Amino acid sequence: MKLGLVIDLDTCVGCHACAVACKQWNTSGTSGPLSDYDPYGSKPSGVWFNRIRHYEVDDYPNNKTINAPMSCMHCEDAACVTVCPTGASYKRPEDGIVLIDQDKCMGCNYCSWACPYGARELDQESGTMKKCTLCVDRIYDENLPESERQPVCVLTCPSHARFFGDFDDPDSEVSKQVRQRSGYSMMPEQGYNPTNKYLPPRQPPAVETHKPRQVSREEHAAEDKPMAQIQRWIAQQLKRQA
Amino acid sequence: MHPAISVICFTLFSGAGYGLISFLCLDDLFDLNFTLSGSGRLWLVAVALVLITVGLLASTLHLANPRNAWRAFFRFRTSWLSREGVFAVLLYPVALVWLLTLWNSEAGGSKILAALTFCLAIATLFSTGMIYACLKTIRQWNTALTPTNYILLGFMLGSLILVASGAGNVTIAVGMVGAAALGKLIYYYWIGQPAGPTINSALGFTRATVRLLDVGHGEGNFLTDEFGYEVAKTRLIWLRVISIVFGFLVPAALLLFFGSAAGIPAMLSGFAGVFIERWLFFAEARHVVNLYHGSQST
Repeated sequence: MKLGLVIDLDTCVGCHACAVACKQWNTSGTSGPLSDYDPYGSKPSGVWFNRIRHYEVDDYPNNKTINAPMSCMHCEDAACVTVCPTGASYKRPEDGIVLIDQDKCMGCNYCSWACPYGARELDQESGTMKKCTLCVDRIYDENLPESERQPVCVLTCPSHARFFGDFDDPDSEVSKQVRQRSGYSMMPEQGYNPTNKYLPPRQPPAVETHKPRQVSREEHAAEDKPMAQIQRWIAQQLKRQA
Repeated sequence: MHPAISVICFTLFSGAGYGLISFLCLDDLFDLNFTLSGSGRLWLVAVALVLITVGLLASTLHLANPRNAWRAFFRFRTSWLSREGVFAVLLYPVALVWLLTLWNSEAGGSKILAALTFCLAIATLFSTGMIYACLKTIRQWNTALTPTNYILLGFMLGSLILVASGAGNVTIAVGMVGAAALGKLIYYYWIGQPAGPTINSALGFTRATVRLLDVGHGEGNFLTDEFGYEVAKTRLIWLRVISIVFGFLVPAALLLFFGSAAGIPAMLSGFAGVFIERWLFFAEARHVVNLYHGSQST
């Protein structure tokens, strides 16, 4: 099994609901709490497993706003796991989820240096590294109805921009989405083989917007004369009558 | 990258210690014309071990959860950080037994132990460099020049300590300063070349310009604190100049003009220069996660 997420950059509206749901679930999950520092002060900060950043791609009139939610990509060649000196970071062979054993981590930050996606954040309170667990404490929970055995970010997304599934199964929703919509990896040149895939935005033609009339200097001077203005007004009125 | 003082002190002091102990081993093996008395050699080995220990202790200060530091020896097969720790710890018993054979000159095996200590010191220095060089995420570190410079600068500081103690060989020290300066200059040329991922490949939009609109958080977080460290370009250039002047030019000039009489100021200047060099090594490194925070390239 190769579990992971597919994120649709075309439909993501950048509402941060996935990040909030993630924080809410995981702060009481297996690697919780996700500590907050100065939560009600002037500089609130804290640990998040999922962060959404907003970009503008291309130039006017073809520009498009892209909201890019990023969490752990559960890479197939996860350097965060190989660089870890304590063995706290590991990748589960059965489903490919990358996890951190909170009892073994010594908080050296080295794995976060190895991660190109900013998926790992040190929790200053516990002194250990924390990261997306792909809601490992939800997806196998047999007490939950089967439709809810998914990461909370996927369940909560109001624009259905997130999909969860097994990439090894060619008929799974994630495999189909990647196939049909040319799903791609972020920063593939780092060679980590990220499991999570992103669906590129569809490319509708640019919307025709108001274009100011081009007027030469002479035309402008001619139009500016009082008689010309009256003539133009009369012509306009007659056009409307007709 | 955020330059943590604990890590700078670790690489500086233990690097100097490994350089010093390497030279003492080489002298025992090949006789490098050091003017060492029997007890002088013992004292210098002890100084090297103290420097190594100070450095290693400093390195534990940057751990957020040092209770688990003992676990760091167990991923020897994949992690350079783990290898560094294993080599560093292995060196102690070997060096101590070597010290005993030096002290009791009738005991044999000194040469073999010196060779072993030398190999372990080089292996530790190399591993320290590889901790940084193996990271594909930081192009300024991901080069063979990184371990090369760690070894050269460690050896340079070791040879300067030897000269300062009055036992060293000025020619060797000046040669090490020259080699380390050359390595560092090649490194600065190397990192000046544009390379690596851009904001376009980071997000997968390679056929258009990409600009950051909003980073999604109002205040800083772990990622911006750890990786977003940025210093003004002009200040970096000035610091480079200062580190080259104090690290290489001043020690070389002092040793060339005044010989071993200027050993102590040359050593202090060398340490000051390499301290700034180590600070710059971190401050100039640009992690690719900065691309997601709006940098166009690394």
